[in-house]
Parts: sequence; structure tokens; C-alpha cells
Amino acid sequence: MLSNLGNSILFISVLVSISIIYLSNKNLKTSNNLIIKNIYQLSLIQSTLIIFCFFTLIAAFIVSDFSLVTVYQNSHSMKPVFYKIAGTWGNHEGSLLLWVIILTIFSFLFLIYNKDHPKKFRLITLIIQNILILGFLFFILFNSNPFSSLSPIPSEGLGLNPILQDPALAIHPPLLYIGFVGSSIYFSAAIASLIVNYSEKSFSFSIKNWVLISWCFQTLGILVGSVWAYYELGWGGFWFWDPVENASLLPWFAMTALLHSIIVFEKRNLFYFWVIILCLITFILSVTGTFLVRSGILNSVHTFASDPTRGVYILLFLSLMIFSSIYLLFKKYKKENYSLNQNSKETFILINNWFMMFYLITVLLGTIYPIFTDALTDNKISVGPPFYNAIIFPIVVIFLIFMAVGPRVKWIKNRFEDIKVYSFILAGSIILNVLILVFIKSYSILSNFIIISALFLIISSLKDGVSALQKNRFDLARIISHASFGFLVLFIGLNHIFSIEKDYNIKVGETKNFENYSIKLEKLDLKDFPNYKAVIGTLEINNNFSNEKNILKPEIRIYDNPKTLTYEASIKTNLLKDYYLTMSNIDRSDYYNIKFQKKPLMIWIWISVVMIVTGGFLRLFKNAKYS
Amino acid sequence: MRNTVKIIIFVIFFFVISVFYISLNRETNYNTSSLINKEVPQFKIAYFDKNGSFTKQDLINNNYTLINFWASWCGPCRVEHPVLMKLSAENNLDILGVNFKDKKELARKFLKDLGNPYNFLLKDFEGKQSVIFGIYGIPESIIINNENTIIKKFVGPLSIDDYKEIKEIIK
Repeated sequence: MLSNLGNSILFISVLVSISIIYLSNKNLKTSNNLIIKNIYQLSLIQSTLIIFCFFTLIAAFIVSDFSLVTVYQNSHSMKPVFYKIAGTWGNHEGSLLLWVIILTIFSFLFLIYNKDHPKKFRLITLIIQNILILGFLFFILFNSNPFSSLSPIPSEGLGLNPILQDPALAIHPPLLYIGFVGSSIYFSAAIASLIVNYSEKSFSFSIKNWVLISWCFQTLGILVGSVWAYYELGWGGFWFWDPVENASLLPWFAMTALLHSIIVFEKRNLFYFWVIILCLITFILSVTGTFLVRSGILNSVHTFASDPTRGVYILLFLSLMIFSSIYLLFKKYKKENYSLNQNSKETFILINNWFMMFYLITVLLGTIYPIFTDALTDNKISVGPPFYNAIIFPIVVIFLIFMAVGPRVKWIKNRFEDIKVYSFILAGSIILNVLILVFIKSYSILSNFIIISALFLIISSLKDGVSALQKNRFDLARIISHASFGFLVLFIGLNHIFSIEKDYNIKVGETKNFENYSIKLEKLDLKDFPNYKAVIGTLEINNNFSNEKNILKPEIRIYDNPKTLTYEASIKTNLLKDYYLTMSNIDRSDYYNIKFQKKPLMIWIWISVVMIVTGGFLRLFKNAKYS
Repeated sequence: MRNTVKIIIFVIFFFVISVFYISLNRETNYNTSSLINKEVPQFKIAYFDKNGSFTKQDLINNNYTLINFWASWCGPCRVEHPVLMKLSAENNLDILGVNFKDKKELARKFLKDLGNPYNFLLKDFEGKQSVIFGIYGIPESIIINNENTIIKKFVGPLSIDDYKEIKEIIK
């Protein structure tokens, strides 16, 4: 029943999309400067239908309707309701439906919030967006249909991977999708702008809030994914340069570049084509990421069960997007003549964009290089953290310095009046760094540079904040985001430098000592839970220096559906540090293997990212207030 | 000049997409299911304790072969070890153990403590040979018949159910 309902809605949605394209095209030819009401109505109906369709699928998950293949493969009647619901988008088919929801909602909102822009531009944006929607609807209907039914109906589902039963992971995909699927709207707008030659700076007003929204959500999505990896994967790290993590980072770099260059376009009417190119590549990179993840040509913890036909379809779609973008861009490209003063805000923002492009290319190469060597030379290689760390971190130092100085630079022509101030800030940063070195621990030269430059950015941003407060011209959003980025790098640096990691085999009653710490395995308990059994260890960690005592309880879980063994880390978080403990059993012996990690300032890494995003949202509210 | 740039950009994108397409149609070693019902790929893995290597040609003498990838540092390998010990009692099954990214002493101790179920013991300390079988995490096991065809692949520790299934296969 639900299968028929879902399929019918999908089919009607296709018809609605075609009608929108048809009506928009017809409306283009009228001389009237208004978009006819029917288009608004259809667009609203379209979003509503897809949302309803998605709820139908959620309902199927909640009632465990195993007549649907997707539900059968990804759910189980014993599963808690929350994870049944989250299971809706935790699989390939359901998540595609979420894609289409975001495509349609953004399409509708763009239509109603941009009434001051030329009709032609708005209609063509709508047409392009609906072509994208149609593309994905066909993909869903003919290749990845969440409503495919199964006969005879199985009595029980295959379950959701227990490692995916995590609240962070339940909200991770929707956040990330709002980010990178949201970028579709400025892709469509950029194409429309090229077609109708809408290159005035007012074009920037039509897209800048959408760039901000997608950027904020993309950042949050990456954060939540990273938090999940930290808490759930049990390696104690939070970023692994896994190809799929990289796939989410690539559009983020492009968005961040766009976020900045659009300011120049808005203020100075420069860089029009560069803004267009960034709009295009952001969404192209999003689809490329989807292709890499869903086709199965990359392998990582995230990859969905692979199916080559799926890959062929996305690749076809991707090629169409890329080649039509390139064709249009070449056709419309006009050389822009501008002479930039080397010492001006424009130049500094351009430098920001170079850095972003540098990071983007580095990560892109690292991600797809193994695919190339494999396909062309049969040589399997893997590109891991050493590559990224070696290339990205030294460059971060220079980037942070520019990031600190850039915002203070004036438009058109700048004169540095506050070199003295910067020298003081730099001196202060160096002194702080030396204090850490002397009182806590020494570290590598590169780490020194990173800490100093991060401190430099933080202090400069905070100083900007104070002086702006006095003048009452307070760009709070930028100051928060930039200072928080400084804090992020600083905390990552300190976390890396001051981490402790120890590995022991231990049995009940035994105590291990190292540095100032002692760890004792006090007892083991066996407990039964609704869908798993767990061996829970109780370990006491003593800091002999501060006499601080902590009890940690790592678990070994045995899940039933599917039968899986997982190791749950026990994590004690406070403002200064995290204790991170995992335990695994050693068969036929009383010993357990424990891995203890002390991770300083962990929580501040998450808080910094939240603050970076807060800056983005503040800017968004400010924009909304003034428009 | 501008046309050259255009052509170069076009060619780069064309090249990237072609490589993606080629990759799609390749049987990736990582795709476990693609190995099933296929002939075992050519391989050459060094013996653990003696000189020389075990190759595909050596398999033909066995009726059924279970290739098990394991390491002493791997918790789940300890979990599945009793199953392997039980399987070692089967007559028409030879078990080939590939010690994966391990240290020799620790591996020896592991077998001394828990028993040695392997008819042949090989080593792959860098994990390079195991990639041929699509192994990138352990434990994994592959069962092969006397025609050198891969019948089934077990990802993760072998359970009692897997034991029953293997017994069924080799019956």
C-alpha cells in the first residue's frame, strides 16, 4: 500500500516539475514583468508533495513495512523508534529523497524571496533547478526507488548497522545535505545569470544569503560527522582524511571562497566571472562527492553498498552539468579589466580565494589520485594523513596571518597605519607561545609557528572587536568567525601536542602506572539490553599529581541484528581535557586490552566550530534585517 | 591563445570523467562480492617460518581451502579462533592462515596460546599481498574449492553459523 502511494507521489512530482518548466518557459515570452501565480502554486505543491512522499517513507520505517526493500534492508522491528526514523535517510534510496526535498524547498524559497530581480533571471533559475529536480526524480524512480516492493513479505528486517545507531549520525546527513544540495540553487542562479547576462552587482543579493545558509549547514554537518567519528569509531581521532570526509570538505572550500569573493562583487562590482565559476564548482563538487561515495569506486567507512549502474547515472548527470557549464561559461566569458591595488581589501580577499583553491586542489588530488593510479596503471596506492598534514599545515601559518590582517585593510587603496599594533600583537603571540613552551612542554618548530599564527589571528580579531565597539561599527559576525577559526587551529594544535596515548593488557584488580597516572580495572559486568548484550568494564583513573579520580566504563557490545561486535569508548569530558578509553577482549585469557588517551581541550575544538557557524548565522540575520 | 585554454580545460574534464567511467567498470578489489564465483587471482605469499612462497598453483592439491587473514593484535581474530580450531578437524578442508601486518613473535605467541589451526602458515607483514583478495580489514576468510573458484567470503569473525555453513559447503 505504502509502496503504491510513494510511487504515485513520485510520479505526480515528475509531472509537476515538467509543468513548472513548461509554464516558466511560456511565461518567459510574455512582456509582463510578473511571474504568473500558477508557477508559485505549482512550486509550493511540488515541495509539499515531496515532503509528503518522504513522510510516507518514514511511516513505512516506523511501522516496519518490510514489503519495501529499503525498509527490509535497513530496519528491524526491535529497533528503537528514533533510529527507525533516522534509518529513513541512513541509506542510499531514502537519502536521495532528502536530496530532492532540499532541491524543491530551495527552489520555492528562491522564487518567493527574490521578487526584486529580473523576471527572466528568476524564471530561468527555476527552470534549471527543475531540470536538476527532474534528473534526481528519474534517478529515484528508475534506479534507486525507495518504494520498490518485495514479495513474499519478509517477517523481519536485516537491521541497521549498530555503528550507525547514534544521535549524531542521525542528524549528520540532513545537515550536510542542506549544505551541499543547497548549493544547487546558486548553481542554477549562476547558469541563469550567464544566460540572461544578468551580471550587475544586484545579482549578488540574489544568491549571497543562500551561499551563507549552505555554508553554515555544511560546516555544521562536517562538525557533527567529526563528533560522531570521535565518539563512535573508537580511534580517538576526529578527522581521518577519509575520502568521504574529504568529499564533504571540497565543496566547503569552494563555498568559503565564494562567501568572501561575493563581498568584493557586491561592494566593488568586480570578479563577476570568478563568482560564477565558484557557484558552478561548488555544486559540481557536491555532485562529484556524491558520485564518489555512491558509486563505490572509493572505499571507506561511509560507502553505501555499491552498484555500478548507479554510478553511471550520476556520472552522466555530472558530465552534463560540467560540460554545459563550461560551454556556457566559454560562450559568455568576457575579459574583465580591473587594476587592483596590491594593498587593498580586494587583493586580500583574492588571496583568501587562492588559499581556498590551494586547499581544494590538494584535497581533491589526494582523494582522486588513487582512483587514477588504479585505473591507469593498475597500481593501488592510498593517500593518507601524512600527505595532507605535510601540505596543508605549513601553509595554514601564512593563511592565518593574512586572515588576521585582511579584514582591517580598506577597500580600493589601503595604507598600513597600524604596523606598530601588529608588531605588538605578534610579539604578544610569541611570548604566549614561549610561556607554553617553558611551563608545559616543548614541541616542533612547525607547531610553534602554527600556535603563534593562531594566537596572532585570535588577538588581532579580538582587538578589532574592541576598537570596533568604540567606533560603534561592529562587524560581530566576521570577528566571531575569524577569531573562532584562530581558536580552532590553536586548540587542534594544542590537542595534538599534549595528547597522551597508552596501550595495556590488564586483568581485573590489576593497576598500571605511567607518568602521573594510574589505571585500575576494578570489575567487569555483563548486562542485557533490548538489542544487544554488553560487557562493561569499570576502570579507575587516578591523577596522582592533582589527586583527581575518574571512573570510566568502556563497553564491548554484542549486537544481534546484524550480529556485530562493537567497542564503545568511554569518554569523560571536562573543560580542560577528555579521557578516552576503549577496551577489547582477549579470548581465553583473563586479560583485556585497553587503550587510554588523554586529549586536552577536546571540547573547545567543537565549540570553536560552533562559534564559526554562529558568525555565519549572525551575518545571515543581519542581512535579513537590512533587506 | 584563448581557444587553447578552452581546449585544455575541456580535455582535462573529459579525461577526469573518462577515468571515473573506467573505474566504475573495473572490478574493484575492495568490492567483496565481485570476487565470488571467480577464479582465485594469481598470488604469491611468503611462508611464515620457512623460505619460499605459497602460490595459486599450490592450492590445487587441496579439496577445499579456507584462507584466513588474521593478526595477533586483532581482537575479533581471537573471537573467531575457536571456530577455526573446530574447522581444523575437518578432513577435506585445508586452512591457509595469512598473518596480516603483524610482528613475528607476537603471532607465534598467539598460536602457542590459542592453538594452531593452520595447515599452511603465510605472512604478509605489509598487507600488500592480501589486497589481491580484497582484504583491507581483518579478520576475513575466503573459501575456495579444488577448481580454484572462490565460493564465499566471510567478512569479520567467523561465527558458529558460519562454521555450520562451511561444513555444509565442504560436505
